[in-house]
Amino acid sequence: MELLIDGRDLRHAYDALQAVDGVDLRVAAGEIVALLGPDGAGKTTLMRLVCGALRLQTGEIRLCGIDLRAHPDQARANLGYLPQQFSLYQELTVLENLRFFAEVRGVPASEWAPRAMEILDFVGLGEFADRRAGALSGGMRQKLGLAAALVHRPKVLLMDEPTGGVDPVTRQSFWQLLIRLLEDGVGVLISTPYMDEAARAQRVMFLSRGRVLAEGSPRELRAGLAGRVLELGASPLRAAGKVAAQDPEVEDVQAMGDRFHLRVAAGRLTEVERRLGEALRSAGCVVTSVRAVEPSLEDVYVHLLQAVSPAEAMSSAHG
Amino acid sequence: MVERDPALQTMLVVDKLSKKFGDFTAVDELSFEVDAGEVIGLLGPNGSGKTTTIRMLLGLLSPTSGTAFLLGHDIRTQAESIRSKVGYMSQRFALYDELTADENLRFYAGVYGADTPGRVEEVLAAVELSSAASLRAGDLPIGWRQRLALGVAIIHRPVFVFLDEPTSGVDPIARRLFWNRIYELADQGVTALVSTHHMDEAEYCQRVGIMRRGRLLALDTPSGLKQSALLGEAWDVYAEPLLRGLQAVQTAPGVYRATLASDHLRAIVESGQAAENLGSALRAEGLKEVRLERVQPTLEDVFLALASD
Repeated sequence: MELLIDGRDLRHAYDALQAVDGVDLRVAAGEIVALLGPDGAGKTTLMRLVCGALRLQTGEIRLCGIDLRAHPDQARANLGYLPQQFSLYQELTVLENLRFFAEVRGVPASEWAPRAMEILDFVGLGEFADRRAGALSGGMRQKLGLAAALVHRPKVLLMDEPTGGVDPVTRQSFWQLLIRLLEDGVGVLISTPYMDEAARAQRVMFLSRGRVLAEGSPRELRAGLAGRVLELGASPLRAAGKVAAQDPEVEDVQAMGDRFHLRVAAGRLTEVERRLGEALRSAGCVVTSVRAVEPSLEDVYVHLLQAVSPAEAMSSAHG
Repeated sequence: MVERDPALQTMLVVDKLSKKFGDFTAVDELSFEVDAGEVIGLLGPNGSGKTTTIRMLLGLLSPTSGTAFLLGHDIRTQAESIRSKVGYMSQRFALYDELTADENLRFYAGVYGADTPGRVEEVLAAVELSSAASLRAGDLPIGWRQRLALGVAIIHRPVFVFLDEPTSGVDPIARRLFWNRIYELADQGVTALVSTHHMDEAEYCQRVGIMRRGRLLALDTPSGLKQSALLGEAWDVYAEPLLRGLQAVQTAPGVYRATLASDHLRAIVESGQAAENLGSALRAEGLKEVRLERVQPTLEDVFLALASD
């Protein structure tokens, strides 16, 4: 499939801090790729490298085949960018805002108006064209931001943490819009700290400290822990967690509100399940549920993070 | 709804609490109760009324109508008595970046009159920051700053803590370190009310209240919400090509909602009808490699189901 973003060996340092440390980044037409990681993992820096806001220190990026370093304007003509904090002119109407972004993007004067209405209809803001941007709800602002990023019909869309704190209902309709863009062959790169958001992308890149810890479809990533996660519900809950943590083949105990996720040594699920039942009963715990569950992306991410810094793993499992 | 233990003391009783700002109803007849040692979450998007609720419960904002009693004190008239017994960690932690971790805690201990010998060291240990005592707060990684802010919130031994979006922006390990501290406080009898817009984080709470547009739509354990609040079943649908599959599934009978989820589709389908309806809709479109899997619903599925009523 056509590669819309092709970045190789990307690195960026802010003084002594290596924010992005050797990342290969590829996004194909019709694909959503998620950069998943906490604050400081390098997500925003990567986005800024791809959109040309930060100069590449090493490596190379091609956007739709065009070298970003050699031909920045041509390469970026194919790109739409929705930053985390985007600015709208509060006093201007929705349509006037869009006109502004169209002009900035060099959309010809003869084309912007019909295109703007088409895009507003696409994001569901058609009937609000004359409303002041300052009077929009949070979800509508988000959609206007998306419209502004799409006004020049980019082939690649970058979105930096697009739906944090947004009503899930709005988020749902936002994703439906993205799906329609995919049908048109647009490639989308999003960054997010949320597992549930990343789980919607076709491909997820787990970032930590500027590096890619793992990459794959959510299904591929989960498959690495298949058959190794037990859900345990018991009472009293915390005492049960301590019993579970003592089992030599329980590698990790993750407390959830009313249950635990236990990561078990490979191939030992049945054995641990049986042994744990006995240990819990003899400790006076009542087991309400113990069953194998599909690993979540969070289980996978925690496993990967523990593999790179085992000391923290111990203190979080047993601390 | 889970049965609550009658032996436990009720720490918070909220009864039809409302707050209006002009025409805008920020909190709309909120009612719930919280027992001692519970970790309860309010889950909702920005603007759903979570922070306004917390500010009313802290006595910082007076309700338009309704009542709430926190630790037996009326929030409308006894805010002073409440504040000395509760802790509050706001979204923007009130830390002094120029001061060390130790100095931040000592400062707040002084403010609360809680500067008894050994208290600061005790709190540093409780939030796992003993080794960072002499580091400047501004130099700490965000996960550590969050734990220091928690330390500030508990320095005066509150019996009830409010945590407003406590762990935004950290990795799951840092978040877990934070939550383990909350669970330990809960074991010591401290009650916690946590607001979050983060579905992942709500899973950490013992009970979760789902808020939208100022209203509490449901309140139960995460498992309970998934079992009872969702009408229908969650299914993962694998079919190629995916986007044509999405159209077919969206228009199939009995489908409440269908969306793209990574390399497959996720559908919420009327109970008992799913496999048959989905399979035939997809085959009718001539799609290949159709595979259906019944899956656990997520809190987001629950949220969307409740929000669409």
